[in-house]
Amino acid sequence: MMRFMLLFSRQGKLRLQKWYTATAERDKKKMVRELMQVVLARKPKMCSFLEWRDLKIVYKRYASLYFCCAVEEQDNELITLEVIHRFVELLDKYFGSVCELDIIFNFEKAYFILDEFLMGGEIQDTSKKSVLKAIEQADLLQEVCDVHLGLL
Amino acid sequence: MALKIVKGSIDRMFDKNLQDLVRGIRNHKEDEAKYISTCIDEIKQELKQDNIAVKANAVCKLTYLQMLGYDVSWAAFNIVEVMSSSKFTYKVSCSQLQLQSVDAVLITTIINSVSLPLVTQDLSSPNQYDTGVALTGLSCFVTPDLARDLASDIMTLMSHTKPYIRKKAVLIMYKVFLKYPESLRPAFPRLKEKLEDPDPGVQSAAVNVICELARRNPKNYLSLAPLFFKLMTSSTNNWVLIKIIKLFGALTPLEPRLGKKLIEPLTNLIHRALDLLYGMVSKKNLMEIVKKLMLHVDKAEGTTYRDELLTKIIDICSQSNYQYITNFEWYISILVELTRLEGTRHGHLIASQMLDVAIRVKAIRVFAVAQMATLLDNGHLLTGNMQRNGICEVLYAAAWICGEFSEHLEDPMQTLEAMLRPKVATLPGHIQAVYVQNAAKLFATVLRKQEGTTDSLAAQETSQLLIDRLPLFVQSANLEVQERASCILQLVKYIQKLQQKEVEVAEEVTALFAGELNPVAPKAQKKVPVPDGLDLDAWINEPPSESESEDEKPKAIFTKEEPKHTRPRHTEVDEKELARRREARKQEQANNPFYIKTSPSSQKVYQDQPGVEHIPVVQIDLSVPLKVPGMPMSDQYLKLEEERRQKERSERKKKEKKKKREKHGRGRRADSGPESEEDITPAHHVDIVTEEMPEVCWVLLQWPLTDNEKLPVRTHRPAEAVKSPVEAGNGESATPEPKKKKEKKKDKERKVDLSSLTVYLTLFFSHIVYDVQGNLQDGSQVVVSVIFENKTDHFLKSMEFNVLDSLNSKLQRPEGSSPHDGLAVPFQLPPGVSNEARFVFSVQSIVMPQKLKGTLTFIVKTEDASTHEKLDFKLHFTCTSYLITTPCYSDAYAKLLESGELKSSSLKLEGVIMPFHHLLARICFHHHFSVVERIDSCASMYSRSIQGHHVCLLVKTVSTQRVPCLEWMSSILESTR
Repeated sequence: MMRFMLLFSRQGKLRLQKWYTATAERDKKKMVRELMQVVLARKPKMCSFLEWRDLKIVYKRYASLYFCCAVEEQDNELITLEVIHRFVELLDKYFGSVCELDIIFNFEKAYFILDEFLMGGEIQDTSKKSVLKAIEQADLLQEVCDVHLGLL
Repeated sequence: MALKIVKGSIDRMFDKNLQDLVRGIRNHKEDEAKYISTCIDEIKQELKQDNIAVKANAVCKLTYLQMLGYDVSWAAFNIVEVMSSSKFTYKVSCSQLQLQSVDAVLITTIINSVSLPLVTQDLSSPNQYDTGVALTGLSCFVTPDLARDLASDIMTLMSHTKPYIRKKAVLIMYKVFLKYPESLRPAFPRLKEKLEDPDPGVQSAAVNVICELARRNPKNYLSLAPLFFKLMTSSTNNWVLIKIIKLFGALTPLEPRLGKKLIEPLTNLIHRALDLLYGMVSKKNLMEIVKKLMLHVDKAEGTTYRDELLTKIIDICSQSNYQYITNFEWYISILVELTRLEGTRHGHLIASQMLDVAIRVKAIRVFAVAQMATLLDNGHLLTGNMQRNGICEVLYAAAWICGEFSEHLEDPMQTLEAMLRPKVATLPGHIQAVYVQNAAKLFATVLRKQEGTTDSLAAQETSQLLIDRLPLFVQSANLEVQERASCILQLVKYIQKLQQKEVEVAEEVTALFAGELNPVAPKAQKKVPVPDGLDLDAWINEPPSESESEDEKPKAIFTKEEPKHTRPRHTEVDEKELARRREARKQEQANNPFYIKTSPSSQKVYQDQPGVEHIPVVQIDLSVPLKVPGMPMSDQYLKLEEERRQKERSERKKKEKKKKREKHGRGRRADSGPESEEDITPAHHVDIVTEEMPEVCWVLLQWPLTDNEKLPVRTHRPAEAVKSPVEAGNGESATPEPKKKKEKKKDKERKVDLSSLTVYLTLFFSHIVYDVQGNLQDGSQVVVSVIFENKTDHFLKSMEFNVLDSLNSKLQRPEGSSPHDGLAVPFQLPPGVSNEARFVFSVQSIVMPQKLKGTLTFIVKTEDASTHEKLDFKLHFTCTSYLITTPCYSDAYAKLLESGELKSSSLKLEGVIMPFHHLLARICFHHHFSVVERIDSCASMYSRSIQGHHVCLLVKTVSTQRVPCLEWMSSILESTR
């Protein structure tokens, strides 16, 4: 099971965080800080997997953004790497050649995509098509709401 | 009220929305904290307003702040409030707030008391996306209380009509199980159903959940194994496959049978991965990848998988003309490492790679030759198990490379010796042939070196070495080996004569092998333009007659013979040539110290047979192309070679127009000779002499393990004790092979009670006794008598006895049957009856022990039915079983020892507690020795093999420990005990 997922920039700015287990706010901050330091210090040629505390960290850099997942010891690193990549593909498809700014300004969308893809730390749907369809439908609903709101 | 709303909306226009907040934070890089604190103040104001839209906007901003790491727990109540709104957007933003992290007890209470009805309401919303959001939100903050209260609702949702809801429900169920384990039992059947959900999303969600659950407690999920197995073989979703394989990883330790089942699908997956590797390699990563694969090769358990890896390694390395190999020394080392694999079928593949690389990469030859010389030196390691001889094919390549490029050898003399060891005679014929040919090449090199140093004696000794060793090959059953060996032997003898007259011969001998063999690209032929006036389709001569075209059918390894009329002349030459050789051989045999008198048969064979047509020839094993050195063996090289030949042929055709045909005669003859039909007779006819077979020796036959548990299993235990075949199988494999001596001790009448057999239920089959008899007149045959005794209550019939031939020993089958056919046992067995059947084996080398695997198939007739059964067994030919008790007088014995012809070795046996005279009696009785002289606890013994090898044995008791010490000397070089 995935414990959490972090997106942060090369400068160490957190762009997105998703926790799948209950963690105290203080611990979260500490872990994020520590992990960012560890990952950012690594050289490009180094392995995408590392052991950290009792977890396995799987990370991958896309342009200026690091996608970093923490999974449990028994989990498969390669499939986690695939999860990251699939998430990026989904973002890319949704935003159309996604960039860091897309995620900064539409972070709630990014969250929503992630929620449709992963749930409770497990893969919910492996099909890109069905995830994107769900997001489109939700967007439609939201627009209806917004229109309704605009009338007010 | 309306005014208030309008006011709210207007206010809202001036409010910051989420975008503004984000932008603002980015614009206040220096004083971010200060900016955010003002924002939080604004949000607090907004939350106080009645307008739900404003509140929602505030909550949106809060989610962002929370993401940045700011504490928003103070707003929990408002958040829940917004969440309860019917507007989708708000819910989405709320669900993203990860409330579970809020540590205040208060919040949990709020959630439990407030959100429960709200969530429940959402759960049953007609809009699937509403429900979906509720579930997503819930997944983040499931508490034990919530889990308990919502379990049944979520369970209902697992059967929702929309797959979108189903999959979310399935996933959230996992969280519920964790917080409220009691829910697992009632929900499990439904969860199991979801494994076969028509929607792949739901299916994969269910697989995920069950895999997670199973990881915690695999035992409970064993019953699902068949279902998962089905999924694994049918699913094309790699994500799901990975999860399932992980799950099986947890299950297999609990259920060993599962492992067997999994082999096939898993290897399929692995093959897919290996195929990917093929496309992945580059110059940079090749070595790394191959290194990893080599590790897997070492770890691999099944031979099939290991072979697969081996071929993959070679495929990967050799693809596109070794495009990715930057260091051929490395590649040669890899190939040499691969030869350490036992039981691989791909020896010829490795061999062809060695040849190809050594021929085509000139710079590598020095290294390759050094490596190959080591291989030859350790050749005995590769030939250890003759039944699975695949790997000894590499010796073919090694011998050829060492011979062809012998100028690079560091110590050619040592390699020459290695090539002429008697053990070489146990190799397959085509390899021996290469050995012989290349020994000649090496000989040339050695001569040149030795003559250079003016040490003419050394050169003569080298010639003598060849003259001593080659007769072994002259006796070979393989015609090719025989022919080459006798040819070279004559040559060496001639050279020796010249040497004795102090004539320098090295130059001329080297000239025999002058020139380089060049590789030709597979498409080279196409590049040669067809000369004007040459019609490739026109017949040069009349088409060959039907009978001859049949001759050529067995694969055109040798150049096809086209001109018909040159043939009779060839046979004539053949006959003369062979007659000459025959003479030479006869002489050889007469002079040969190893031949002695025991095999007058081989001479007899030639005398008896009138014409050249009857000269027996070993069937040529077509799977390995041929004996011409330098001919690569894998298919692609066969093609290459064919192409080259074609070219040669076309050239020849051209020449033929101008030149006289006789000039080609000789070359043709050599090529076409072995193909003619009358020459090819089954291998086992080679040395058979139909004389009476005197009783010689006894050997034990043991019932082996069966490969398949379901088959009847032999056991040393009384059959009654065997409860089930499976159990027997296990017990069997744990039983070590008893020591030969002990076994012999057990059966005084030379009957071995090894075979109480269970045939399924408690049907007892037979008790089998047998012995092996050698043939004094013919050192190459043994007769195995088997006594079949039916211990069952049923009638046994249609028994077929079959043995898997090894290179060294072959079961004699009636003419016309294939080497895999069984022999019918010529009787039926009523209950309680025993009868004896004899089977003849031809044996090439008696200096090595042999184990032959065999099968007995038979039909069991019971009152109402008959079943076909199978028994596997092993025939054990020990070396001593080829010995004949022969008396010897002490003076003759002493002479023999003095002669210096015998090689010696010694062996210490510990833990023998029987009295010395018992020991002697036992050796005499079971191993066919006779005592020459005995002094106290020391005895010299003598015996002779059916091929006339002398075996002298000295048995001593080392006094202090009373440990008998065996020293034995023999004309057989390789000690075989």
